[in-house]
Amino acid sequence: MKENQTRIFEKIITRTIQFSGYSSILFVLLILFFLLSEGTPALFDVPLSQLFSERWYPIEDYYGILPLILGSLVVTLGASLVAVPFGILTAVFIAEIAPKWLQEIMKPLVELLAGLPSVVLGFLGILVVSPFLRDTLNLPTGLTALTGSLLLGGIAIPTIVSISEDALNNVPESYRHGSLALGLTRWQTIWGVTVPAAKSGILMAVMLGVGRTIGETMTVMMVTGNAPVVPTTLQALFMPIRTMTATIASEMGEVATGSSHYHVLFFIGIVLFLFTLLVNVIASNISSRKLKRSERILS
Amino acid sequence: MFWQVSFIIFNMRKVFSYIFIVLFFSILLLSGCQKSNNGNQSADQNATDYYYLENKGSDTMVNLALYWAEEYQKLHPEVRISVTGGGSGTGISSLINNTVDLANASRQIKLEEIESANKNGVEPIEYVVARDAIAVIVHPENPINQLTLQEISDIYTGKIQNWNQLGGEDRPIVRLSRETNSGTHVYFLEEVIRLGNSKDKTIFSANTLLLPSSEGIIAEVRANRNAIGYDGLGYITEEVKVLGIAREKGTDYIFPSLNTVNENLYAISRNLYIYAPGTPPTFVKAYLDWIMTSEGQKIVDDLGFIPVE
Repeated sequence: MKENQTRIFEKIITRTIQFSGYSSILFVLLILFFLLSEGTPALFDVPLSQLFSERWYPIEDYYGILPLILGSLVVTLGASLVAVPFGILTAVFIAEIAPKWLQEIMKPLVELLAGLPSVVLGFLGILVVSPFLRDTLNLPTGLTALTGSLLLGGIAIPTIVSISEDALNNVPESYRHGSLALGLTRWQTIWGVTVPAAKSGILMAVMLGVGRTIGETMTVMMVTGNAPVVPTTLQALFMPIRTMTATIASEMGEVATGSSHYHVLFFIGIVLFLFTLLVNVIASNISSRKLKRSERILS
Repeated sequence: MFWQVSFIIFNMRKVFSYIFIVLFFSILLLSGCQKSNNGNQSADQNATDYYYLENKGSDTMVNLALYWAEEYQKLHPEVRISVTGGGSGTGISSLINNTVDLANASRQIKLEEIESANKNGVEPIEYVVARDAIAVIVHPENPINQLTLQEISDIYTGKIQNWNQLGGEDRPIVRLSRETNSGTHVYFLEEVIRLGNSKDKTIFSANTLLLPSSEGIIAEVRANRNAIGYDGLGYITEEVKVLGIAREKGTDYIFPSLNTVNENLYAISRNLYIYAPGTPPTFVKAYLDWIMTSEGQKIVDDLGFIPVE
C-alpha cells in the first residue's frame, strides 16, 4: 500500500519536473514562432535589395538594415576588445594571485558590478565617459561607438570574470603543485598550465560575455548617438552608430501593428536572434570539445 | 501508527501539489483576463467611484500634461489622471486602438491615421490646447547668432558640413535630432528641412544623431561646441544659445517668444493637440474645458509654451 502511494507521489513529482523542463523548450519555440510569424512578412513587404540597403529612415519607407547590423557588430567587437583581456586577467588575478582575504572582497564586488542596471551605466556614459572621450580624443561628439563599447565592456566583464574564475578554480590543485615542483615559476605555471587547462571554460565565458553585449539595449541607446551610418573604416569606432537593439527599442512603441515598419522591426529581431544563437552554438561547441582536448593535454 | 502518520503526510503533500497546480493555472488565467479589462475602465464607472482618465502621447507635452493633471486632480479629487509619454506617434496609435481617453500630439493627426481609426470605429476629435515654438540651439560659445531656414535645412541634409561655411569657427557640425517617433522630428522634417514643400522628399542626413529625449539634446548642446539641435521652447534652458531665424535671406531674424509666435513672426511654431476617440464623456469634457480656461493656460505659459488665445 505504502509503496504504491509512494510510487504515485513519485510520478506526480516527476511529471511536475518534466513539465517545467519541457516548458522552457516550449517557451523558446513559442517565442521563435512569434518572431518568425511577425518578422517574415517583412521579406514580402520590402524587396530584399532594399532591406539590405544602406539607408534606415522608416517613416519615409527606407528600410535598409545594413547600418544597424554593422553598427551592432562594431559595438560588440569594440566591447570584446575591452572586456576579454580585462575580464580574463581579472579572473586570473582573483583565482590565482590574490590572497584569500582579497579574493573574498573582490568576488562579491565583481558580482555586484554584474547587477548594475544598464540605465545607470548609460547615465555614467552620458555624464562622464562621453564628455571625457570628446575632450581627450578631440572628437566631434562623445556619443560614439567607442563610448558604447567601453560601457558594454563593463557589462560583459562581470560575466567573463565569474565564469572564467570558476573554470580556473576547477583546475585540480595537483596540476599547480606538479608544475611548481618541476621548477616552473608562478607566472609560468599560470600561463603554461592553469590557464590552458581552463581554456574551454574561459572561451565559454568570453562567448557568453559577447552574447550579453549583442543583446544590450538601454546603454547603447543612450550613448551611441543612434545615427544609422554604415561603418566602413576603422574610424567608424569614433563615430556615432545605431544598433539593432536600440532601433527596436526606440521605434517599437510608435509603430502601427501590421505595417511594414512593424514587420521589419521583427525581422531585425530575427537577425538579432540568429546572432545570439550563433554565439551560443559556438560556446556550446567549445564546451563539448573541451573534454577531449583537456584529456589529451593533461593525461 | 507510523503508517497512518506517513499516510497523512503523504496526503497533505498530494493536496499541496494539487493546490499549487490549481493556483498556478488560475494565476495564468487571471493574468490573461486582466488585459481585456484595462481599456474600458473609464466607460463603466458609476458616480460613487473614481473617474480614471488615461492620457498618453507626445513627449514634448508630457510635462505640460502632468502639470495639468496634478492641478486638476487638486480641484477635482474624484478624477484620477494617468499621464504617459512615448511620442506623438505612440499616443495616436493608442488612440487608433482605442486604449486611451485622450492622446497628446505635437503634430496634427494624418489622414491615413484618421482612416485607420475609423476602421476601428474611432472618430478622433481634435482640440488645440497650446502652441509651441521650436527653438534651434547651439553651444553658448558658438559665434553664430542667426540662420535662415534654408541654411538650417542645408545643415541637416548634410550640404553644410562645417561651421566655417556659415562664417563660424572651423569645426565639424554635429547634428542632433529627436527620434523618428517624435512629433517634433516630423514637424521639423516637414517645415524646416523640406521648407514646407510636401512634394520634397529630402530627409535628414544619415549621420544625424537621433537622441531618445529632449533632455539628451539639451545636455549634448550644452557641452559640445560642434553641436546644433532643436527642441520645443519649453525645454530650452539658459545654458544653451537660441538662434534667431529668418524665413528667407534678407528678412528679419526673429527669436522665439510669446509675442513673435502669437503674431506669427517666428517661422517654426506649431499647435499642440489633444485628441479624443469620439465624443468624450462628461468628466473628460470637463477636463478639456478646464485646460482652455485662464487657469489651464497659465500653466502653459509657466512651462514655456505659448497659450492659446
